[in-house]
Amino acid sequence: MPGLYLENIEKRFGGVVAVRDVTLGLPHGRLVCFLGPSGCGKTTLLRLIAGLERPSRGRIYLDDEDITDQPAHRRRFGMVFQSLALFPHLTVEENIAYSLKIRSVAAGERRRRAEELLELVRLPGYGGRGISQLSGGQRQRVAIARALAIEPRLFLLDEPLSALDAKLREEMQLELRLLQQRLGITTILVTHDQREAMTLADWIVVMGTDNRVHQTGTPLEIYRKPADAFVAGFIGTSNLLRGVLGEDGRVAVGGVMLRVETLPAGTVPGGEVTLSVRPEEIPLLPGERPGENHLPGRVTFVRDVGASIEIHLDCGGMPLVSASTPKNRPDLRQGDAATAVLPPSACVVLAA
Amino acid sequence: MIAERPRGALAHLPLLYPAAGLIVFFVIPFGIMLAVSFFRREPGGFYAAEFSLANYANLFTALFGRVLAFSLFISAFCALLCVGAGFPFTYLLTRMPRPRQVVWLVILVSVLSLSAVIVAFAWSIMLSQTAGVSNLFVRLGLLAEPRSWSPGFGALVCGMAYLAFPYTVLVLYPPLARLDPHLPEAARTLGASPLRTFFTVVVGSLRRAIIATFVMVFAFNLGTYLLPQILGRPQHWTLSVLITDEAIYRSNLPLAAAMAVFFMVVSLALVGLAMLGGRGRPGGEA
Repeated sequence: MPGLYLENIEKRFGGVVAVRDVTLGLPHGRLVCFLGPSGCGKTTLLRLIAGLERPSRGRIYLDDEDITDQPAHRRRFGMVFQSLALFPHLTVEENIAYSLKIRSVAAGERRRRAEELLELVRLPGYGGRGISQLSGGQRQRVAIARALAIEPRLFLLDEPLSALDAKLREEMQLELRLLQQRLGITTILVTHDQREAMTLADWIVVMGTDNRVHQTGTPLEIYRKPADAFVAGFIGTSNLLRGVLGEDGRVAVGGVMLRVETLPAGTVPGGEVTLSVRPEEIPLLPGERPGENHLPGRVTFVRDVGASIEIHLDCGGMPLVSASTPKNRPDLRQGDAATAVLPPSACVVLAA
Repeated sequence: MIAERPRGALAHLPLLYPAAGLIVFFVIPFGIMLAVSFFRREPGGFYAAEFSLANYANLFTALFGRVLAFSLFISAFCALLCVGAGFPFTYLLTRMPRPRQVVWLVILVSVLSLSAVIVAFAWSIMLSQTAGVSNLFVRLGLLAEPRSWSPGFGALVCGMAYLAFPYTVLVLYPPLARLDPHLPEAARTLGASPLRTFFTVVVGSLRRAIIATFVMVFAFNLGTYLLPQILGRPQHWTLSVLITDEAIYRSNLPLAAAMAVFFMVVSLALVGLAMLGGRGRPGGEA
């Protein structure tokens, strides 16, 4: 199978398990995000792929070649570190050409390649500068150029944008994505920022605090059909409603029978299930309006931040959040009676 | 944190404390020595406060030149050994888990508590013919018969390097401990072998710290006084021995002072030169 394949990878540090039994296949040309909260093992997984750590168990294959025991300096994987790890004693050009110098590329050719890469990351003419003379965003670009200089088989990035301020980060996300698409280079990016992952990734691997992979899929798949309560809560915000599955395939939530479209395997009538409903999928109607998949409630709080409006409801002791845009803002105030409409297609039953 | 510039006489008061310390313990003693170096010696007495350049003129002898050169050479040589051995040692030390680092550091610091006398005699015994390590080498079949290596140049180098090594490690420890562990890792991902990484990235990025440590250990070694007399032959005596000789046994304080001042000027010039060489352009070639 072409691409990167991780087989039953496990990593322990002493008695602590950092990565628990990960099996993953990543095809070429994609941008994959390892997404998860801090301590979920996503960085360790990246370091295992880079060869900076050895797995305690399992094998790593690249294009069917077992690279588990290959030392990091033979893998030709370009890596951008969270601290960027630019060599402070070298100029921008020397940093970028470091890998070429190691491979005994002639000085003239090194200079030409470095200038080419500086063009690519939109820093032409910066070759002679010292690292300390660069801004955060410029250092970011130099680190990317340096990692690309070896023409890597895999491009690995460990939270590369976390040190930048919010505005610059969003700019760099776009730039990075466009660069990756232009070069068609297989890329793995580690992040804890779900927005960043949604912006950049073709494919997202969600890891949890139990150091396991919870779900893999395209950003929208993961957003729309979260596999479990952890993913639903971690990716965006979600209403998690506990209910009981009835005989007719409907779910009883707070005394109302809700129709759902699909049921995951392994759910049995009479069993407890959790429903995930995204706030923006819940329209609100003023007053009490009985109907299918209608939940009556009372407005407890309205958060209007201009671009979006969040209305918090209390539906018989169960909190519920609905989000809307200024255009279809329902005319509701704190204390008003309202009815939440939960479309069957938006009600995702999570695996227990 | 941005501290406000002190204003008015009162705000400057705290500066008096270090200033006074510097004046009382450094400027005044050095001033006295500098003055004495220009005084005339009174044979059979002390010195007379008459300006004279005779002491400096008397420095230009073959003996003084030879001893000065040897002092500078052995100090630099031992400093080179210490930094050469101490840098990789300290690098590996900083990569160890914390508890093990502490054990090593405690051992090194405890070496500092040994007096130079004990260290000198210990080395002279270890390198002696009767009880020294050469007997061990004979047992292992490496030597035909036990040899005496003390006193001698090798013994002196051993003793001096032994005393200076803990300082070397303690001075190198902070910059190495602060080194971003991702720097060597980045070099690895860029294709550099571990050895190449060590020289191009670890040594390269800490070049200034290495030079500063060399200069410090060099200056520390210049003051060696006891070891050459126990572990060295007369031709291995350093300028400190010569100065003490002149001052204490020949009661020629003005000449001793002139020697000391000259020694200091030469040493400072060398230190300045080394520091200048270590500067280079910002972000320059390793």
